[in-house]
Amino acid sequence: MLSKKELLNLQFIDARARVIDLAAFLDRLERHEGVGDIRLEYFAKALQVLQENRPDRAKAVLEVFSDMTPEISETAPFQGATGAPVS
Amino acid sequence: MRYIEPHAHMVSRTTDDYEKLAIAGCEALCEPAFWAGFDRSSADGFHDYFRQLTEYEPKRAARFGIKHFCWLCINPKEADDPGFAREVMALIPDFIERENVLGIGEIGLNKNTRSELKIFEEHVQIALDYDLPVLIHTPHLEDKLKGTKLIIDSLASFSKLDRSKVIIDHVEEHTAGMVLDAGFWAGMTLYPESKCTPNRAIDILEIHGTERIWMNSACDWGVSDPMAVPKCALEMRRRKYTESQIAKIVYDNPLEFLRQSPRFDL
Ligand SMILES: [Zn+2]
Repeated sequence: MLSKKELLNLQFIDARARVIDLAAFLDRLERHEGVGDIRLEYFAKALQVLQENRPDRAKAVLEVFSDMTPEISETAPFQGATGAPVS
Repeated sequence: MRYIEPHAHMVSRTTDDYEKLAIAGCEALCEPAFWAGFDRSSADGFHDYFRQLTEYEPKRAARFGIKHFCWLCINPKEADDPGFAREVMALIPDFIERENVLGIGEIGLNKNTRSELKIFEEHVQIALDYDLPVLIHTPHLEDKLKGTKLIIDSLASFSKLDRSKVIIDHVEEHTAGMVLDAGFWAGMTLYPESKCTPNRAIDILEIHGTERIWMNSACDWGVSDPMAVPKCALEMRRRKYTESQIAKIVYDNPLEFLRQSPRFDL
């Protein structure tokens, strides 16, 4: 396995670019008109996870964006997925 | 580097893609039956699709020296109407003995409904009746965690099921552990926008180990990349994995799982 230093050498620039992209996405949303929806709340929760000191942030972020309801419907009320439990 | 692409939807790819796969070292590929991007209007549409999977695609692949295998079922997205699903399932016995058919798949859940679950379980029973492996699709995005749990719960009711002959595909960080802990195989799908990136797939290997796990491109009609497996192998190399560690994931493991089907030979 690579050392921390080797991993930084390999992937820091890429990760840095992704963080800037996220920042720009939030700025863009701020500038644009209208109102957002609940997806933004999930997004904010996911960003909080990034700041937590834990070894399983990716898993925790995926859980933030997961449908946690126990109910099972008979047939699908709609098709497709939006990336966060919106209904 | 030789490798096996264990999950690709070649009916929606060009012949150029077969050439790319061959150049990259792909020796065999497996094509699960799936949703073709639109709902088919009749069971006849599936009859033609099953012919395409068992007659036409193997020939197209053979032109590039690639062995083509397939899995049969009605996919979960079109299985939400049980009457229609059963009409399609009635076609399976006519095709199941064909020489490139590995087993039943990709069955599973899409929107986690009772109708989908019922049809999922009927498919599992077909696989048991023919003693064939099962390839399972897990839902997308927000539906994946719940769907994966429902699938694992449902499989618990099949006492005769050999879990080493079942692969649960499209796992991510929040589902890989539960699939492997329950004794099933896990598949990681490398997609540009959803599912796993190469680096996340390698992380999952580091966290959960390299037994009973494979990776695939699941390339289809959507945004996807038939070169995803060799690209991930390249990423492993950049992260200082040895050639034999890479070969285990991209060749040995798929071979170990797939050869449980009597029709898989390389
Ligand atoms: Zn698929």
